[in-house]
Amino acid sequence: MTASLTLVVLMAVLFGAGVSIMLERSLTRVLIGFLLVGNAVNILIYLMSGAPGLAPILGEGVDPDTISDPLPQAFVLTAIVINLGITAFMLALIYRSWWLAQLGAKGDLVDDEEDMVEDAEEAADLIRSSAADDQAIQDLIDASDEEPDEGLELEASARDRDDEEGRP
Amino acid sequence: MIFSLALFGALALVTPLLTKWLGRRVFAVIALLPAAVFVLLLTWMPGVLAGTPVVEIVPWIPTLDIALSFRLDALALLLALIVTGVGALVLLYCMHYFADDEPALGRFAALLLAFAGVMFGLVTADDVFILFTFWEATSVLSYLLIGHYTGRKESRGAALQALTVTTFGGLAMLVGLVILAVDGGTTSLSELVAHPVTGAAGEWAIALVLLGAISKSALVPFHFWLPAAMAAPTPVSAYLHAAAMVKAGVYLVARLAPGYADLDVWHPIVIGLGALTMLVGGWRALRQYDLKLLLAYGTVSQLGFLVMVTGFGTRDAALAGVTLLLAHALFKATLFLVVGIVDHAAGTRDWRKLSGVGRRMPVIATIGIVAAASMAGVPPLLGFVAKEAVFSAFLEAVAAGDGWAWVSLIAAFAGSVLTVAYSVRFVWGAFYSKKDVADCALHAPSPAIAVAPGLLAAASLVAAFAIPFIEPLLAAYADELPGSHDYHLALWHGLEPALAISAVVFALGALLVWGRQRVARLQAAVAPVLDSARGYLGIVSVVDRVAATVTTTIQSRGLPGYLAIIVAVFIGGLGTLSILNTSWPSEIRLWDYPAQPFLAFVMAVAAIAAATVRQRMTAVLLVSVTGYGLVLLFGMSGAPDLALTQALVETIVLVVFVLVLRRLPKQIAQRNPPVHKLARGIIGALAGIVMGVLGLVALGARIEPTIAEGLPALAIEAHGKNIVNVMLVDIRAWDTLGEISVLVAVATGVASLIFVSGRTGGAPRLDHVEGLVNRRDRLRPVPEPAWSIRAPRTSLADTAGETDAAGEAAETRQTWLLAGRTISPRNRSILIEVLVRLLFHPAIIVSVFLLFVGHNAPGGGFAGGLLAGLALVARYLAGGRYELGEAAPVDAGRLLGTGLLLAAGTAAGSLLFGGPVFESAWFETEVPLLGTISIGTSTLFDIGVYLVVVGLVLDILRSLGGEVDRQEERQTADDGDGDFTTGDGEGAAYREGVEHADGAEYSGGARLPNPEEARR
Repeated sequence: MTASLTLVVLMAVLFGAGVSIMLERSLTRVLIGFLLVGNAVNILIYLMSGAPGLAPILGEGVDPDTISDPLPQAFVLTAIVINLGITAFMLALIYRSWWLAQLGAKGDLVDDEEDMVEDAEEAADLIRSSAADDQAIQDLIDASDEEPDEGLELEASARDRDDEEGRP
Repeated sequence: MIFSLALFGALALVTPLLTKWLGRRVFAVIALLPAAVFVLLLTWMPGVLAGTPVVEIVPWIPTLDIALSFRLDALALLLALIVTGVGALVLLYCMHYFADDEPALGRFAALLLAFAGVMFGLVTADDVFILFTFWEATSVLSYLLIGHYTGRKESRGAALQALTVTTFGGLAMLVGLVILAVDGGTTSLSELVAHPVTGAAGEWAIALVLLGAISKSALVPFHFWLPAAMAAPTPVSAYLHAAAMVKAGVYLVARLAPGYADLDVWHPIVIGLGALTMLVGGWRALRQYDLKLLLAYGTVSQLGFLVMVTGFGTRDAALAGVTLLLAHALFKATLFLVVGIVDHAAGTRDWRKLSGVGRRMPVIATIGIVAAASMAGVPPLLGFVAKEAVFSAFLEAVAAGDGWAWVSLIAAFAGSVLTVAYSVRFVWGAFYSKKDVADCALHAPSPAIAVAPGLLAAASLVAAFAIPFIEPLLAAYADELPGSHDYHLALWHGLEPALAISAVVFALGALLVWGRQRVARLQAAVAPVLDSARGYLGIVSVVDRVAATVTTTIQSRGLPGYLAIIVAVFIGGLGTLSILNTSWPSEIRLWDYPAQPFLAFVMAVAAIAAATVRQRMTAVLLVSVTGYGLVLLFGMSGAPDLALTQALVETIVLVVFVLVLRRLPKQIAQRNPPVHKLARGIIGALAGIVMGVLGLVALGARIEPTIAEGLPALAIEAHGKNIVNVMLVDIRAWDTLGEISVLVAVATGVASLIFVSGRTGGAPRLDHVEGLVNRRDRLRPVPEPAWSIRAPRTSLADTAGETDAAGEAAETRQTWLLAGRTISPRNRSILIEVLVRLLFHPAIIVSVFLLFVGHNAPGGGFAGGLLAGLALVARYLAGGRYELGEAAPVDAGRLLGTGLLLAAGTAAGSLLFGGPVFESAWFETEVPLLGTISIGTSTLFDIGVYLVVVGLVLDILRSLGGEVDRQEERQTADDGDGDFTTGDGEGAAYREGVEHADGAEYSGGARLPNPEEARR
């Protein structure tokens, strides 16, 4: 297999630029990064066909040995159309979140600090509730254990028992 | 058996419905099923005893050798009789235990019946994986039944403990079973026992399987879940946690003992833990005030006893073990049911508050005393017969010089002493009148409630005398183990050592009872040492905390934080691997053709610029540069289909982006960037480098020739010349079917996000706009003012209030589009209108052309659909949302649905002709202009793809285009007249028109709340 260094470098640049934008907080930027990464990945898949040849269309007098590998092309074609769908979906998300956020002034930003606090509280709640359930059943079991200082009444009644029972 | 199991499942499903109708009487109805199975099993008994097990096999997953195989031999029959017999009685008992208004009674009844069925399946299953499935099903049902009182904390805690512990053991067991099945070469349990797996694999496998068994049967150190499970309603305790489910572990031990009892791991686990459990359980039972907990710890003790005896590995011990198993099922279920009655009548099961119960409920007390006596091993009850057999078996083994026999004998002896003591404690606590306790108030239950425990207690008594008739069933299993067949079960063996041991046991038990106070002090001093429940709580709380800490640390910084961590892991992991890598490509070219580096340079610069500019629109345009660059790259290196598709998609993406971005602020807001700018750059750069290296490595690592060499032949076979298209619609059509399903989901998602409710339908139509009723008018481009649609005017000249001369000119201009007059005159462009009018129909024709030639030339369903979509985009851009509705007067959802149906129908159609999914068929024909084309099922499939893509674009346009327009117009109208240059009268008329149109468009659908309104 041979590779075109140009395409590898291009793919790396698109990928790197895409990733660095995706790390921003604005959803629009994330989407822009997603598009770049999508293009980069398409190039990567396409790279796997090796050296380019003729279009993979078996016309008159086309030698099947001279055509490009059609397999990555089929993958990429699918990926391109899926990219369109995901982009539209993310845009709808962005629009919706903007619409909701318009009530405040946050635009399409996602607020992390509130999330963090909420997450931490949620986790603490979960731990508390599961620990409370466990503790409840444990208390119930412990409550049934006989404690020796209550043994006095037993002593008295134990004798009666032996009398009445008459069993071994 | 399989039929019975299916009946259990079916009846359990309809039980909730029956309960609505019958109330608690439903239990009497559903009890008939286990009772019927019990009778059926009895009719099979002669055959089974004659040595021919009932076997039923239905193949299920032949590739994994898994079959629904069931095998009823003597052991399975014994267990199945217990499961169905006790099950029927417990269900009957439930009828009196619960009131009609018990919450979730239907669910409870269904679960309990389902449990009976599952347990029946467990003991009869022969395939180890089917056995495992039933095993885990009992865990789940037990979880649901323990947690019956969903509102109580202790119920939830207990249910989760039981599930966690038994599932943990179950998973270990699964690993063990897999090892056994793989090593033994069969999934049949009976085969695996007949031809045991030996060596290290066998040892490990059996250790793991036993781990499952001891967790299920609540042996130390997993015993704590069973007392906790007493939070369940009493019938559940009686059935699951005394008679049936906890016996699953004992059953497995008994089942495996004939094949595996001589492994090294066997005796330490089975006898060591069994003996320890017997003592620990008995010790703790002796301390309980709560009668149910007393029985629970007693059960723990007895389970240890049972595992120890059945797993001992000699014929006599096995015989004693299964006798004890039967005896325990009979007396322990009885005792639980009795406690349930006492609890019901007195309102407590704490014996410090109970007094005089026995005097006033003599029948119940008699039943309880008989059962407790059987537990203590008092003659002439079945418990005595079993215990005699146990002592005899161990004595014989001790005489034979077996070291483990000493352990067993001593544990059985000491455990039996404890059993006697806690049996007495139970009877005394539950029934006797205590001097210093006032007689508790009793509300007497229906006498019928005593039927189930009465029958069980009577069975304990009758079985002891009828033991010669029962023995064949028990011995049929025990004879599989080594040892002489001399010993027989009997009530009276004469004066022999075992009887002496029993006598000593009773004496010491009485001593324990007499020295009650000293024992209690001792217990309070040493008890905590043996408490593994605290260990469990500690482990769980540590795991909880660690999980919460890890989660909140890793996932605390929102989306950017997540992504940064994911990418960092990617860089760290794959980066390290690529540094260590040795397979580099043999040859590296700088470029494929001279234009490539130039194109790549432009694209790379655009990408980096897109990462740095602050304006959304600029960034989007720069990304488009990379997209269109791809078009050229693909086009110049033998991928015309990709170039075509990429070009169309890129254009649509650009337009859709603009449609949304026009509503968002121009500048991208920057506030407290969560990942620092420099850090972002570094992460991005590293990720890019790793990705580049990976690309090179992937190319270098490839050693096999590409499968592409076979594809041309396949394409010809599929009547196509364009290999890429043939792959999409034929060779890899499954992929494509999956993809268009994703597209349908995406289109639905987009519409759902934008239309808050009522997302179905197409783009709005002109018909809904008042003033344009005559169909002919719509088709004739006539000079008419645009406003007339929105606000009918008396005459052409009536332009009162209109001040904008250009607007007036545009308004009266002839339109080239059907809905051209619905958009504001100032936004109309004659040039665009003319172009769109001229290009739309040719574009649709070309798209259909692309669709049909796709099999042989660049094109296909995707490209065709995208081109048609692009034509719709043009119509929308030129004429607005009504124009879109006129251009594509269909419901987008119908397009998507039809497309998906067509594609899936083509896939499934071949099944009707006996072929595999997606088998293709063709006929060739000569079509003018198109030449020779083969119309085949793959063409139909491609038409489906075409429709889905058109539907997707239409849905995007009507959502992100039309609906966003409508929302914007509405908002603008609500904001007041400031944005209009027209006079007040016109503005009001315009608003009215808009609102009118809105009402007609989406009747009944709620709209996004207007932010302006919300702010007020």
